[in-house]
Amino acid sequence: MTGHSSVGWVDIVVILAYLFATGYLGWLGYRGTRSAADFLVGGRSAHPIIMAVSYGATFISTAAIVGFGGVAGVFGMSLLWLTVLNIGFGILIAFIFLGEPTRRLGHHLGAHTFPELLGQRYQSRGIQIFAGALIFLFMPLYSAAVMTGGSIFAATQFGIDFEVALLIFALITAAYVIPGGIKAVMYTDTLQGFIMVFAMIVLLIFTYMSLGGITEAHRALTDMADLVPAPLAQMGHRGWTAMPAFGWGAPTYDLWWTVITALVLGVGIGVLAQPQLVVRFMTVRSRRELDRAVPIGAVFILLMVGTPFVVGSLSNAWFAQNGPLLQGKVVEVIDADKDRALVELMQKNESGTWTAILNPKTQAPARAPMIIGERSSAQDGDGATFELVAGRSIAATYTKGDADKIIPAFIMAAMPRWFGIIFFLALLAAAMSTMSSQFHTIGTAAGRDLYERISDKGHSREPSILVMRLAILVGLIIAVTISYTVRQEYVIARFTAIFFGLCAASFLPAYIGGLVSKRVTRAGALASMTVGMSVSLFWLLLIKAREASAIGLVQWVTDGKTSLLADYPNWPSVDPIIIALPAAVLTLILVSAVTRPPDAAHLRRCFPD
Amino acid sequence: MLGIDDPYVLMAYLGAISMAVIGIIYGLVRRNAARDEVTPEDRLWALDEKKVDDDF
Repeated sequence: MTGHSSVGWVDIVVILAYLFATGYLGWLGYRGTRSAADFLVGGRSAHPIIMAVSYGATFISTAAIVGFGGVAGVFGMSLLWLTVLNIGFGILIAFIFLGEPTRRLGHHLGAHTFPELLGQRYQSRGIQIFAGALIFLFMPLYSAAVMTGGSIFAATQFGIDFEVALLIFALITAAYVIPGGIKAVMYTDTLQGFIMVFAMIVLLIFTYMSLGGITEAHRALTDMADLVPAPLAQMGHRGWTAMPAFGWGAPTYDLWWTVITALVLGVGIGVLAQPQLVVRFMTVRSRRELDRAVPIGAVFILLMVGTPFVVGSLSNAWFAQNGPLLQGKVVEVIDADKDRALVELMQKNESGTWTAILNPKTQAPARAPMIIGERSSAQDGDGATFELVAGRSIAATYTKGDADKIIPAFIMAAMPRWFGIIFFLALLAAAMSTMSSQFHTIGTAAGRDLYERISDKGHSREPSILVMRLAILVGLIIAVTISYTVRQEYVIARFTAIFFGLCAASFLPAYIGGLVSKRVTRAGALASMTVGMSVSLFWLLLIKAREASAIGLVQWVTDGKTSLLADYPNWPSVDPIIIALPAAVLTLILVSAVTRPPDAAHLRRCFPD
Repeated sequence: MLGIDDPYVLMAYLGAISMAVIGIIYGLVRRNAARDEVTPEDRLWALDEKKVDDDF
């Protein structure tokens, strides 16, 4: 990689200025109206732009920008289906169909957290504890994804070790989250949202301009389909502007099942059951405010997730045209007319001879697809003469196959230095706005939903406030530990997908059923949540090869296989949500049908109109 | 079209933009359609929420 990675005094001044501005807005917030609840208490309305951008800033994190953008750099634009679902489900369905019923139910029942909403709706302490425990246990996984995304970018941009970047990121987050940032200061969220919007617009325009325009950029990427690395092609990758091969029963369809079920459906549907987003609807003043927030929210999400997916994919075209020159020896000609070949990468050593670069994972000579630009004669380590070729390759070659580094590497190589700082601020903003909500949710899950419910403390606040603070600290430590220890292929997107999928399978049927049906029973809801969570965890531990093999239980059970269904193609690539969500929905319907309907007086309280 | 040959990827590219356009149209059409009323129950809820926040 070439670049300009170092920390200059200008960088430090700009970052500090941003942190002071954030702190100042937070301090101003303490003195007056700051949160949605304050607006509601005062009987006033937050501006729809503030409400929508604040919601969007909570929704979108470094996981979406760095993690999923990097995945798009490897898998291509098929990931844009996630953008469609993020706007379709996360904004249109959520705001238009779920927002108002959630707000009204929450206010009728006096619920302030997502588990409390479910618990009160079904008159079940067990449901509230179940939901609170699941959030407390698994939300740190999502927080770790957000932290890893920010830290990888900081490490690449400023040329520091990942561990150092993670420590700095954790300290900044702790300083923001623990003392006061957890209060939903809408103006702070909005400032962070606007920085993210600015960065994404500049990034999108610059990327398209640097590749000659929209159609030209896409065409260049389309014409690179023959450069897809063999391992990806064997999974069904057919180019960065093409869907993966679709079918069932052969390993060549694995990529379709990974992209569509895990990344697109898991995250796309999972957003509807995100506890930190659901509670936002309860702080909204009225249906009108929700309606007015839809346009801003939709455009915001389009920019925030559409841009990284497009730019991540197009980074392949940019590196193939403008990336640093790589050298090596042709192993296999891909297209003689276009001078494309599979090349064994080489580097010149101190004695002036050329030796192979080893793949850090396999310790075999690293190979990469290359568009050859120059040819010359050189000598290898044995003194033999060979034809040395020089050229450029796809994005993943420059990041040594690490998808999570594609967006940071592209920003550093392609964008001006000043933009790197702006983009870092945007990521910091995306991380802080999301993490403040995540840790607030972790805190309330522990204090209000677990401690108060288990010990039946009712409304004695003091002890549970202490529990909340401790839970936030524990959650932060767990998230940092996960970020520090788990560094695998596109781990950011995978952690996010696991948490979103788990929330969807466990909560979505009971949540939507509780909003729209009076017939759903307490037993039905509890059974549905249990089935959704159990099937998801079973699938993650024993079936889904990538996650199961990383955890290790499946190898122990099966004597070394990566999945219980390793002998049945495609099953190990199917995401849990495909099995767990339908199973949870079916359970909700069947168990509710055979159990006693809820008390009529309680239903009148839930649905007085 | 637009340099993307695969119709399903093109559909996703244009679909994402279309979703945002639908959101804009919805917001404009429904701008004043719903009632904007804060009930005593809403205010009570907000006071409780604020109390929890302030304690925190």
